[in-house]
Amino acid sequence: MTDKKKKFISPYEHSAPKGSEGWKELYPYFLVFQEQLKAQEEDKFFFCDSQHWPNVFKPFDAMTVEFAVKCLSQYNSRHYVIPPANGVDFKIHNGYCYMSPVAVNPELIEGRVPEFMERAGYYFQNWNELLENWHKKVKRVIDDMEAVHFEPLPERVDIQWIKDGVGLDPTFHLINDYNKLISLCYETWQYHFEFLNLGYAAYLDFFGFCKEVFPGIPDLSVAKMVQGIDVDLFRPDDELKKLAKLAVSLNLAKCFEKKDVNEALHCIALEENGGQWLQAWEKAKHPWFNYTSGNGFYSSDKYWIEHLDIPYGYLKNYVEKLLKGEVIDRPTEALEAERDRITMEYAESLDDEARAIFEGKLGLARVVFPYVENHNFYIEHWAMGVFWRKTRELSRMLKEQGFWQQESDMYYFRREEILQVLFDYGNSWAVGVPSVGPAVLQDEINRRKKIVDALATAPPQPAFNNPPKVVTEPFTIMLWGITTEAVESWLGGDEKSSHMKGMAASPGLVEGYARIINDASDLDQLKQGEILVTRVTAPSWAPVFNKIVATVTDIGGMMSHAAIVCREYGLPAVTGTGSASTQIKTGMKIRVDGGKGTVEILEELVEA
Amino acid sequence: MKPTYSLFFKDAKPEQLESLGGKGKSLASMSQADLPVPQGFCVTTDAFVAFIQDLMTAKGLFASLAKLDTKNMSALDKLSGEIRNQILNKAIAADIQEDILTSYRRLCELYGKSDELPVAVRSSATAEDLPDASFAGQQDTYLWVVGEDEVLSHIKMCWASLYTSRAIAYRKDHNIPEEDVHMSVVVQKMVNARVAGVTMTLNPTNGDRTKIAIEASYGLGESVVSGTVTPDNYLMDKVIFELVESSIQDKKIALIPDPANKRVIEIEVDPMKATEACLTRDELIFISKIAKRIEKHYGCPQDIEWALDADAEGEEAFTLLQSRPETVWSNKKTETKKHYMSGMQGLVGSLINPLSAKK
Repeated sequence: MTDKKKKFISPYEHSAPKGSEGWKELYPYFLVFQEQLKAQEEDKFFFCDSQHWPNVFKPFDAMTVEFAVKCLSQYNSRHYVIPPANGVDFKIHNGYCYMSPVAVNPELIEGRVPEFMERAGYYFQNWNELLENWHKKVKRVIDDMEAVHFEPLPERVDIQWIKDGVGLDPTFHLINDYNKLISLCYETWQYHFEFLNLGYAAYLDFFGFCKEVFPGIPDLSVAKMVQGIDVDLFRPDDELKKLAKLAVSLNLAKCFEKKDVNEALHCIALEENGGQWLQAWEKAKHPWFNYTSGNGFYSSDKYWIEHLDIPYGYLKNYVEKLLKGEVIDRPTEALEAERDRITMEYAESLDDEARAIFEGKLGLARVVFPYVENHNFYIEHWAMGVFWRKTRELSRMLKEQGFWQQESDMYYFRREEILQVLFDYGNSWAVGVPSVGPAVLQDEINRRKKIVDALATAPPQPAFNNPPKVVTEPFTIMLWGITTEAVESWLGGDEKSSHMKGMAASPGLVEGYARIINDASDLDQLKQGEILVTRVTAPSWAPVFNKIVATVTDIGGMMSHAAIVCREYGLPAVTGTGSASTQIKTGMKIRVDGGKGTVEILEELVEA
Repeated sequence: MKPTYSLFFKDAKPEQLESLGGKGKSLASMSQADLPVPQGFCVTTDAFVAFIQDLMTAKGLFASLAKLDTKNMSALDKLSGEIRNQILNKAIAADIQEDILTSYRRLCELYGKSDELPVAVRSSATAEDLPDASFAGQQDTYLWVVGEDEVLSHIKMCWASLYTSRAIAYRKDHNIPEEDVHMSVVVQKMVNARVAGVTMTLNPTNGDRTKIAIEASYGLGESVVSGTVTPDNYLMDKVIFELVESSIQDKKIALIPDPANKRVIEIEVDPMKATEACLTRDELIFISKIAKRIEKHYGCPQDIEWALDADAEGEEAFTLLQSRPETVWSNKKTETKKHYMSGMQGLVGSLINPLSAKK
């Protein structure tokens, strides 16, 4: 046995798939591993965040990583001065995103405490008011984004601008609006993290306390005591359930036999009570259909409000279940009773002093946790939904001007490159010659498409370089589920194993046939009673949870949205397995133990 | 009032409980609370007293006990031997004997037998299960006793076990008056145990009351209780019934009934089976749930002996043999507790020392 220190491959040795040569130019220079910095970069441990970014990035979409991770970082290092943690460094390699938390030099940790106490303390003490204000800010950003429009440049400047002595042209506004849209997106991510790390800190405090006074307490117990019951994140699904029940009570069920949403809506409109239902349907859309079946970080995400076939599919399924006499409600009363029972039983076993501390920490965790769960709806779903819709508007407009052939083509350019395109368009309009873009851009787009497609043929590595002996950065542990054990299991991950270990995210022991889902659009392949296996799930997949008996994911911690939603729905789940979605194949019979965090292959596939 | 010499668990009235001894009282309480104890009866302290008074007075043995110097080992042993001999050889008075045998026959019928129901015969002393007198096990247990004659003779053996040198010395040294020690004897249907063990409704390592500790092995629980086998060890969370830790041991031997020869024998366990977990996940869960119910019934942490009956399925197989208050942690004064930080201080502490947050 060699005693070579176990490590992951270096990114400098991790070559790109064939056909993806030149991929580095697709991304900002500071986000790729540079030769000149090899020594420094190989010293850092990077792990792949396939929880948030499971797919290869198109150049424009990579902006979401930039904004998100940078904003996460600033609150640690410049706002609240989290004593042991600065930001999270990140790179894009072979198309995927890898993170490296930046720890604080141990000697400096103590010195940061007073600032943390003052700054974070202020937020904890004034949480509810600040949060109310946050909602206003986010709503304002959403309204400002809605107000952005991209229209083709007119043949003539409007005569009224002459009479009003404006002295500007429409390109001035076009470019401003584009910059404004990007800026509003950046602002959105600033708000996303305003409270998040503090929420996790309070949770960690309670979590750590429980682990001390109840040694060996399952992580699940702690999560259940803190988690909210009626959370905005579940509203979209709750609205669908309400609509399903309304449809049945108004005798409209037969319309839901239609496969197509438009046919169904047409059928409903003709029915006696149809008008009432359609009103409810319209009302539910705003804002609850601003909901993506992805995670909000990709331009290709489909939002319910623009793809009514998606919520319709879930709705149809609910109506069918109701007609069979099945219950479709989330067991909120039972969940609340269970949460109260668990809390009371643990609290009872403590002496008075410890119980007071327990209640204090739990109290704070419960105050902050709604934000941890809800922000996801307001930012990733609603705000980003509007953002992507507006960018598509721009892309469509430019497509109509001949710049490219498909609506999705714009996303192969980085945000600063699109400014050039806008100047090309505006410039040629002003000068009176054809834009250059239509003649040259499609070739470049096609070249980049090939690169991105080639990159997507290979899955990401779980990590690069030397892992730390012990993972200590708190958010790494909590959010991404990267613990020392998880890292060790990735290192051993080359061996094909019929036993996989992950996080015990939601309890329950089930057996069933696996279905590997790599894209949200494949979700309707799931059959009743199957087990969903994927890199990462999204909260908006919740409506399929009625069909399946468990979920298994490659990455994700206890407090990832997927885990939270599974617990809420009482669906067994194992997250953070590392590579279940590549080791397990569709059709294999597997056993999932959500309470233990294990997945076992029971039956391999018969070789055809 | 006519004394009662034998009393079924289910029939004991509150004012009669004292006459059942510690174990008997506990079994009566559990039986009446509908906890799954095998049925049985107690030979009451009244029977013991009638028998002993008769004997001791006739032979002047109380006086000899009073005079005894427990430091004199040979005198102690001699007197002990004499008393025990007297007990074993003296016939039980006819009315007491009839009372006991009527109960035995009734017990046989309850389980569909006319006679010859295998039973366990166990001492149930009145001082034994006092929480602060943990000389439990100083008296005896006899397994797979079958038939009227055997039952009677083993009852006397239990009575005699109160007079071992060690027991006499213990009482003298702790100033427990002879008159205060009465014994009841429990006669209870034998469980055909395929797996058995001990469960504590707290973590015996640290007193954590949110856990349930289970030790189990194959066959009758005596091997676990007496320590002749290293049992599987499981730690369950008492609130959500998840398995926190387990340590599966090589359970080489098992004590099983040998009905043909009316006894229990020790056998070697098949090596494959010996190293497998002897309890399934479902079994761990229902054992924990029942243990929690028992603890609730008594209002304090319990030390529970149980078995899974081979003749029953699922939860129905669970049989409760004994439950008594846990004595170690329940009596500990809460030591100077660690001072926990609250508020912002606490938050800072958790962030800087995430070791406590590490799995």
